[in-house]
Amino acid sequence: MKPTPSLLLACLCIASGCATLNDAEVAQKAVTVMKASFNERGQAKLDRLDQDDAQKLCSIPPSARLPKDVTDGIEKANLATIKYPADGKLLGNWKEGEKVAQSGIGKQYSDDPKVPAGANCYACHQLTKAEISFGTIGPSLYNFGKVRGYSEAIQRYAYGKIYNSQAYSACSNMPRFGHKGILTEQQIKDVTALLMDPDSPVNK
Amino acid sequence: MADPMRIRAVAKDGSVNVKVLMSHEMETGQRKDSAGAIVPAHFIQSVTAVHSGKTVLAAQWGPAVSKNPFLEFNFKGGQKGEKIQITWTDNKGDKRTDEAAIN
Amino acid sequence: MEERHVKSKAHAAIAGTLAGCALLAAFPPGVTAQSSAVDEIAKYRQQLQDGNPADLWEARGEDLWKQKRGPKNVSLEACDLGKGAGVVKGAYAELPKHFADADRVMDLETRLVHCMVTQQGFSQADATRRPFGAGSNRSDIEALTAWVTAESKGVVMNVALNHGKEKEAYRLGEKMFYFRGGPHDFACATCHGETGKRIRLQDLPNLTEKAGAQLAYTTWPAYRVSQGELRTFQWRLNDCFRQQRFPELKFTSEASIALTTFLARNANGAAFNAPAIKR
Repeated sequence: MKPTPSLLLACLCIASGCATLNDAEVAQKAVTVMKASFNERGQAKLDRLDQDDAQKLCSIPPSARLPKDVTDGIEKANLATIKYPADGKLLGNWKEGEKVAQSGIGKQYSDDPKVPAGANCYACHQLTKAEISFGTIGPSLYNFGKVRGYSEAIQRYAYGKIYNSQAYSACSNMPRFGHKGILTEQQIKDVTALLMDPDSPVNK
Repeated sequence: MADPMRIRAVAKDGSVNVKVLMSHEMETGQRKDSAGAIVPAHFIQSVTAVHSGKTVLAAQWGPAVSKNPFLEFNFKGGQKGEKIQITWTDNKGDKRTDEAAIN
Repeated sequence: MEERHVKSKAHAAIAGTLAGCALLAAFPPGVTAQSSAVDEIAKYRQQLQDGNPADLWEARGEDLWKQKRGPKNVSLEACDLGKGAGVVKGAYAELPKHFADADRVMDLETRLVHCMVTQQGFSQADATRRPFGAGSNRSDIEALTAWVTAESKGVVMNVALNHGKEKEAYRLGEKMFYFRGGPHDFACATCHGETGKRIRLQDLPNLTEKAGAQLAYTTWPAYRVSQGELRTFQWRLNDCFRQQRFPELKFTSEASIALTTFLARNANGAAFNAPAIKR
């Protein structure tokens, strides 16, 4: 087999032990290769591969620990994005909230952009006792309000967490439902009610 | 023209164990396509297994049987080297017969 | 074929039992409604192991390998999958690897396309026209993948990272595994970076550590009962990214090859056990 120029170069590289890429260079190249490996389709355009600050910093193994000043910075920046409802009412309808929690559609290129997205809470969390098909990527939210109390401060925390989870936990696995425009304000109120309404089955 | 069936027949202690994998859509007639129209029913309605001229299994299937059905059954009296023939017929009148030797 | 079926049944039974045991072990006593739901699913999976419709794709794939096809009217029997021209047995367990004739690291599907183009004369467009089948719209690549991977059943995964490009592909794949993006901030690691997690009632293998990577990688391609189709590893990556809310992963793209290299290498040491059958 006749050696091509690139094969010769590869052989020379291996033979002479020419420098392999360092970690930062590999990371840089990985991003470039990623971006070149996707086609836009449906509502999923290529700009979805442009990472914001949190995404860039958090593209690390779960075991890796970012320094505290970095995680504080991420949380501060994300906290600043939270928009609370203008009328100050944070609780919507928990029955609608349960529907949002059960629905796993939205934002995929296979989804109809006109159909409202769900939050897919049950993919990762336990919520009501009745729903046994729940995931364990996130902690159980069963009795969320009952355990923490139903104060306005906790309502604000719950609403804020759904709006932007990284305001409270840098690099959280949980999507930033409000900040990224996945859920509407009404939907976030409804899910907050699912967690915080004393009548919600989550708190029974 | 449907894909051939995959048939395995093994004789042991006076009886023959037969496994058949059939390639068929088994469309129930209940599903709707993305335009909302019913996807027409297309499923196997009968299956027969014949050994030495005798029917050793006759089955009547309906839409509850899933796609690419797998059938396993046992019958007495077959010997290694003899043939087993499986035939299916579906609701559109398509049919397929395949044969295998008993091991 | 008889022998392979028996061996595959044994392997599948073992895998099914192990999966069942792993599932049982994952749940402490007292989580009763949970355990019984998961156990029943494990039982259903075990019952599915016999009569895998993947056999139908394997039969088709074998025919496609041996048939004279394409503008040059030749078969794929001279295709080199890494162990020499025409050597299919055990080839998948060593992929992805660097191929000198293209000077690229290639996974199986990329290599099959390469042979279809260079040896059979198909255009790149024709060879990649239908990577994933849908009912009567069949994919030749899928069938070929089913047969070629079946010829590695029982072979111990042995992805060597000798060539510089192979090593680099692994490192790139690792970085990509942790790449967070899209409106949901998902990376592969979001679901597959920790042990003992599940989405709804679907257990998630931790692909960054040996046991999880082995269990996952050695059971693709697989007949997906819910789809009624045989699905390959390229499909699995593509569908993961769809659910991650990313745009569409290009078939046989550099990223898909890098990720496959990372995951296949992590599975080294385990016996390959596909085509399998999954929900």
